[in-house]
Amino acid sequence: MSKLSQKHLLGIKDITREDIELIFETADNFKEVINRPIKKVPSLRDVTIANVFFENSTRTRLSFELAEKRLSADVVNFSASTSSVKKGETLLDTVNNILAMKVDMVVMRHASPGAPHYLSRHIKANIINAGDGTHEHPTQALLDAFSIREKLGSVAGKKIAIIGDILHSRVALSNIFALQKLGAKIMVCGPPTLLPKFIGQLGVQVELDVNKALQWCDVANVLRIQLERQQIKYFPSLREYSLYYGITKKMLDNLKKEIVVMHPGPINRGVELSSDAADSSHSIILDQVENGVAVRMAVLYLLASATA
Amino acid sequence: MQKKLILDSDLLDITVSRLCQELIENHTDFKETVLIGMQPRGIYLAEHIHRNLTKILKRDIPLGYLDTTFHRDDFRRREIPAKASENRIPFIIEEKKVVLVDDVLFTGRTIRAAMEAMIAFGRPAKVELLVLIDRKYNRELPIAPDYVGKAVNTMSTQKVLVELQAQGHKHNKIWLINKD
Repeated sequence: MSKLSQKHLLGIKDITREDIELIFETADNFKEVINRPIKKVPSLRDVTIANVFFENSTRTRLSFELAEKRLSADVVNFSASTSSVKKGETLLDTVNNILAMKVDMVVMRHASPGAPHYLSRHIKANIINAGDGTHEHPTQALLDAFSIREKLGSVAGKKIAIIGDILHSRVALSNIFALQKLGAKIMVCGPPTLLPKFIGQLGVQVELDVNKALQWCDVANVLRIQLERQQIKYFPSLREYSLYYGITKKMLDNLKKEIVVMHPGPINRGVELSSDAADSSHSIILDQVENGVAVRMAVLYLLASATA
Repeated sequence: MQKKLILDSDLLDITVSRLCQELIENHTDFKETVLIGMQPRGIYLAEHIHRNLTKILKRDIPLGYLDTTFHRDDFRRREIPAKASENRIPFIIEEKKVVLVDDVLFTGRTIRAAMEAMIAFGRPAKVELLVLIDRKYNRELPIAPDYVGKAVNTMSTQKVLVELQAQGHKHNKIWLINKD
């Protein structure tokens, strides 16, 4: 079967291992396309896509927009800060107004968990979740898993440590779902205040010591401290966080093995990851960004064909 | 389901040899010519022709594979999306004579997509089309082959089935099938 089981991409939780593998196989082809002198294919030339961003984003929005343009789709961008949302329009009204202009797909980022799921029950267009609050960020998890597969040959059986602010991270949750579906072992590591209380029930190991986590893993996926989502203090100071949980080149060099360092961006250099670690040979952070375009092209392509 | 044999193993070998001779007639030493097989099924014929030509000319001719999936015009009109295959064109096609190779020519839409896909790799000096089976009177676009293995009169309700040993079949056989 070369068809996704879902009409929308709301979260990794809803899709199957076969779906993920189909997306990866398709992304392999698109990766070849975007490395050609002419990086464009006409597949989505009769499709219009709206990028609706209620929250700030650089990488994800640019990556989606490039992916859409490389597939020859027509693209409209919308960001909440410059729109009528400020005047009190509801989410459903805003999106219905956009769809009234004949848009086929919606890529949405929203601060409220479940916003794309709510929308998917009320509108006909395909929806791709580009991050909903602290819930899921499916395309990031797909590109992370795709990058691991590219670097290490496969994801199955690999040990992956997710380190940092797990509590506020949609990337962490989507990563756990995606990597577990592909057969990896997962460990989460961070200060106790930034680990969800029942995270162990997802079948992941919990570790408080970052050095032990690095010792255990093949891949360290380092997450950003999301200060914008923290209304109370979860740790005394950034400096203290960095002292206990920040990863430096020295720590990586002291391990008696090669591990891969990933980060979904944006990096707070010197907080969760020191500059020399982020720029070291361990890091595949920029490969992740490149793969992001290919993976998003694959998702758009496969979802668009499902509307036929 | 009725099946009629169009080509068997022996006849296929004769046909491929003849196609090779025709190619040599037009391209002599193949200095400026490259072969491109079309994914997914045209590549077997392209490999067959490539093997024969290498033997006759005693020199290697560039052989590539081209996938047309992302350039098709029936995207979103199909029930199940076509699955993409690998593009492998490890040479420059700029200013070269390209021979596109496919097994069956039917509506011509795949060839149209192939020409568009090929342009992404450069501007060839000339493009020719070689097909094993030409299904006459079924064209939906003004496209004609330059080299034809066998021309067959078919109805659009019929189907041409190509079974090659290279694809894992027991014998080389090409069938015309009536779909009921």
